[in-house]
Amino acid sequence: MRYHPLSDVDRKAMLATIGVQDSAALYAPAPASTLIDAPLDLPRHKSEIEVERALRKLAARNVAAGSVPFFIGAGAYRHHVPATVDHLIQRSEFLTSYTPYQPEISQGTLQTLFEFQTQVALLTGMEVANASMYDGSTGTAEAVLMAHRLTGRRKALLSGGLHPQYAEVVRTISRLAEDSVADMPPDVDCVEDLIARIDDTLSCVVVQTPDFFGHLRDLTPIADACHRHGALLVAVFTEAVSLGLLTPPGAMGADIVVGEGQSIGNTLNFGGPYVGLFATRQEFVRQMPGRVAGESVDADGRRAFVLTLSTREQHIRRDKATSNICTNSGLCALAFTIHLTLLGEAGLTRLARLNHANAVALADMLAQAPGIEVLNQSFFNEFTLRLPCDAAALVERMAAKGVLAGVPVSRLLPDAGLDDLLVVASTETNTPQDRAAFVSALKESL
Amino acid sequence: MTGLRFTKDHEYLRIEGDTAVVGITDFAQQQLGDIVFVDLPKVGKKVTKGSELAVIESVKAASEVYAPVTGEVIEVNAELGEKPALVNESPLDGGWLVKLRVATPDETASLMDEDGYASFLKTL
Repeated sequence: MRYHPLSDVDRKAMLATIGVQDSAALYAPAPASTLIDAPLDLPRHKSEIEVERALRKLAARNVAAGSVPFFIGAGAYRHHVPATVDHLIQRSEFLTSYTPYQPEISQGTLQTLFEFQTQVALLTGMEVANASMYDGSTGTAEAVLMAHRLTGRRKALLSGGLHPQYAEVVRTISRLAEDSVADMPPDVDCVEDLIARIDDTLSCVVVQTPDFFGHLRDLTPIADACHRHGALLVAVFTEAVSLGLLTPPGAMGADIVVGEGQSIGNTLNFGGPYVGLFATRQEFVRQMPGRVAGESVDADGRRAFVLTLSTREQHIRRDKATSNICTNSGLCALAFTIHLTLLGEAGLTRLARLNHANAVALADMLAQAPGIEVLNQSFFNEFTLRLPCDAAALVERMAAKGVLAGVPVSRLLPDAGLDDLLVVASTETNTPQDRAAFVSALKESL
Repeated sequence: MTGLRFTKDHEYLRIEGDTAVVGITDFAQQQLGDIVFVDLPKVGKKVTKGSELAVIESVKAASEVYAPVTGEVIEVNAELGEKPALVNESPLDGGWLVKLRVATPDETASLMDEDGYASFLKTL
């Protein structure tokens, strides 16, 4: 259809079709107070260059991530991404490829997905991984649904250390599926007794490590308790770099490991697109959502890649699909794979150490500041501060001084009475100067 | 091949004592093509005639196998986990799917016998 503004004739025809006299009669049911009776007071049209100027002025009011000392995390992390990553993903073969419907033709895409899965399985300590979910939060919801399918039970227990938005996504999906969710209250100190809550009605327990407040958790006793009751342990992470240093969830008995891959290869992207990582045990592979790229040989015996176990509705399982995930974050997964390949195993460990060291240095400095309490006994690159004041207001005051200090817990848990808590993340991008700026802005803003 | 009964959905049933061996017919496996996975029910599952008993996944599609009669699953063919292709190779023998304890023996009477099924196939 070509676009033309409506003419009076069009309007008359439409009104006649629905059987009203004029547009006043059309809007008659709406209360008069909600109707605008005068032309909108909008500025006249502007030229392109004028619009550009106006928008640039507006954009300059933002404090951009790379422009000031930056300590924001809570599920989205600023890391250095080598220029090579961006260069390679922009190759048109990768950039323009959509979900492979005739997958065997897209050998390059399939091979990178295969490498991606291999990396995710190695990182998480699991046997199989799929070829990327949308992001960590929806991946977590998919893990819960998978646990329901595997156990025949329909109730999940969510740890109070789970990222609040991840918990919300699980609750939303569960509501639609009429499954039930048991929530633990937000766990600031990492002392919640999940094990006491595990019984034979649960399909799974969902635990994050490092958790939303930055605490590291030993999943082993929780996994044992789950297995005693026939439930599965779903282990979640929001910071993939942590896997370069910490015991992988698979080694602690997790049955399904899900997390966010944004930290590796991907920038903050204004909150998305991100890339979900999803791994499990071989015995559960048939109930895994999404799809798996596999290695095979072609008619001439040469190494070739195929899409196998495509348990999605677009492929052979159709209405029997394990999930309705319809595409994946393929380009983000590719960026992840390229970055991780460039780092290598030793490089990832070094990067993780650098993150941890920077965060420890910052926490040590902050612990000296009067009135500030660092709540964590242990952490990776993120920890929680208890402040003598409202965290959200403090963050605003520090932003005005050119430091983005972190995420106030009240922003994600507005009604939890945790207004004095601030989640602070530090990565390899933070310099000693950044830390000094943080401490000095904090002292001036308290 | 005596004592075999068939459904219009191409399942077969073979009475062995008080149990019935259930699988899909040779015609069905040919139609499906290479079978890559068989999703079998748990032992102890109770099924009613016509309800979903198993899912067979071939390279073309995933298809339901319906229970030919009402009963309880008392054994599943565990060998199919490693070798789903047995369904292609010998659907009536090594490629059987489940054994049912038949709840209402009368139901088998309504199923086609071998000649009936052969005539039915000609109408397709």
